Amino acid sequence: MSSDNIILRAEGLYKSYLMGTTEVRVLKGVDLSVKRGEFVAIIGASGSGKSTLLHILGALDKPDKGVVRFEGRDLGVQNMRQLNKFRNKSVGFVFQFYHLLDELNVLENVFLPIMAGRGIIGWLGCRRWANKRALDLLGELGLGERGKHKPYQLSGGERQRTAIARALMNEPKLLLADEPTGNLDSATGNGILRVFEKLNKAGQTIVMVTHDERIAERAGRIITLVDGKIENKSTKV
Amino acid sequence: MYKIILAIRYLLKRRISYFAVFAVALCVFVVFVVITVLSGLSAEFKANTHLSAGDCIVSSKSLVGFGYYQEFIDKLMRTDFVEATSPVIRSYAFVEATYESSETPEFSYTLGILGIDSAAHSRVTAFGEWLGFNKADAGNSFKPSYDPNLPGCVLGVGVLFGRDSEGNYIVPEEVPKYRVDVRCFPLTAKGALAKAGTGIVNTKTFYFSDCAESKIRADWSGLYLPFDEAQMLCGMGMEPKRVNAIHIKFKDGVGLDACCDKVEQLWDEFAEEKVGVSGANLLENVRVQNWKMYNRHIIAAVETERIVMMIVFGMIGIITVFIVLVVFYMIVSHKSKDIGILKSLGASNANVLSLFLGFASLIGVLGSLIGAVGGWQFLVHINHIEDWLFRRFGFQLWDRTIYAIGDIPNKIELNVLVPIVLCAVAACLIGAFIPSRQAAKYEPVETLQVAQL
Repeated sequence: MSSDNIILRAEGLYKSYLMGTTEVRVLKGVDLSVKRGEFVAIIGASGSGKSTLLHILGALDKPDKGVVRFEGRDLGVQNMRQLNKFRNKSVGFVFQFYHLLDELNVLENVFLPIMAGRGIIGWLGCRRWANKRALDLLGELGLGERGKHKPYQLSGGERQRTAIARALMNEPKLLLADEPTGNLDSATGNGILRVFEKLNKAGQTIVMVTHDERIAERAGRIITLVDGKIENKSTKV
Repeated sequence: MYKIILAIRYLLKRRISYFAVFAVALCVFVVFVVITVLSGLSAEFKANTHLSAGDCIVSSKSLVGFGYYQEFIDKLMRTDFVEATSPVIRSYAFVEATYESSETPEFSYTLGILGIDSAAHSRVTAFGEWLGFNKADAGNSFKPSYDPNLPGCVLGVGVLFGRDSEGNYIVPEEVPKYRVDVRCFPLTAKGALAKAGTGIVNTKTFYFSDCAESKIRADWSGLYLPFDEAQMLCGMGMEPKRVNAIHIKFKDGVGLDACCDKVEQLWDEFAEEKVGVSGANLLENVRVQNWKMYNRHIIAAVETERIVMMIVFGMIGIITVFIVLVVFYMIVSHKSKDIGILKSLGASNANVLSLFLGFASLIGVLGSLIGAVGGWQFLVHINHIEDWLFRRFGFQLWDRTIYAIGDIPNKIELNVLVPIVLCAVAACLIGAFIPSRQAAKYEPVETLQVAQL
């Protein structure tokens, strides 16, 4: 594996939480690396630490110990401003429960990463481009007519596709998906996975967390997390 | 941009924010109305007090008074800043008023005497404008219209007449014929009671010639007498003749305090010149005050009441801060998922803080505008509303038969309204700051996990 081609590398990640007075060790020395353009599935039982791992990889959480490098840069030494920029520009998150803002319509939700990364003047300056990009993304994801709808007016699959469009708005180098089909029926979940496969074919790097082996098999590589450790690293046959 | 959009949407979609807007609006409304009315009453009272006293008063600290006042008045009139002066006798008297040929007095009061030259006093004060029957010629105010040869007197309008439900005194068309017996305790220059039978008059009968409505205390307790008569009654007519005060009106455009200082300086020089003459000791017992200082005992009471009310309503403002604080705690706890989402998209702590403070500003501005417009409209119609309440339910905010208030003051002052609005917005920001800062510190992963539960 050429190190130039590695977009994300985690080395010796440890993370524990306090549950009352009891310390729960969630990650116990996780090492992994993701190549540019890869579609990686992290699979594990509930409580195995896979969501925690994904949050650490996306700089939403910090490890107690260990290093996460994105394109060679250690995220642990980045300041708040750099981490905000990293979350805004370099990664896109897709969550199990979509996490759309109820007060905004579909188009405004998709605009959010652009707006969050710019001031009013910056936003007004790129608004035409952002509008085209958002409409293109929604069109590609089959939501071309849904721009003005509120999240509560959408089905689960549509909400998740809106979340994907939002995650892709800033053209991130890495897409992190936490149980993206976990709240959907199998047909709708399949549709979402097809979107991921299509994106991956177009060169998008994706790291997806799931507890479902059948879903994980749709990824290019499966990493199994058991009890806070990576049990095996396998490539899809 | 998303902060503006979200702040507006939170305001429109979250019903709880309506409560915060309502609380702010109510606070601004109440404070605006109360301060406007109280300030109006206070200003009206001060204006009436000013009109009744002139600009500056040279007064004795005792009822004995001081002499050589005409010399000092001449000195004052030679200056370039004094417009007019009025020497005044002030004392107290037992007064009995008997209507026409009735044998029994209609009332018997102790009243404050003001001995004045009505024409001169009208030039210094608004005395002429207060008269009920001789507005056109204050010089005739001591001439009873039913017999100008009789010695006349002017009574405070409230001494003789009652008020209707709208607060207007019920003054008859023609001057009623009252005989007014005045009994004074004349004082010698040494401050002792003058003995009866030494040539000093201490009892005299006057005839009601006019009434004066100054809207201050004199309306209920004042008896205006011709200057010379009052001087004799009070034992001040012997040489050197004495007065209790000289009321002074300054020319337009001159500074009140500076001119009062000049008068004080003139008085000091005058008293210095008179050292050694008869009654010179009385000149040392004289003070020079501007109209506010002269009436400070009554102005202070009104001002204290106004300040206490402002403090009370300031506390309402503090309550508003707490209401906003509670509302924001609730909103922030409901919106923790949004905070997590925004942070996962790269929003900084400052972005989240400014989002919620922007939301608070919106609540403050909207609530203030509603309260200000509502208060404005209420004040514009306050007297109509009170009239309607009185006609419909017999209710009056201030019973006009008791209180000397005409219309409720409702002059809208931007220098009252603007600070109230600014304070309301600031109160919202203060109330929202702690919950907003707490929101800004949320770890995104915590809020997103909680939102999944």
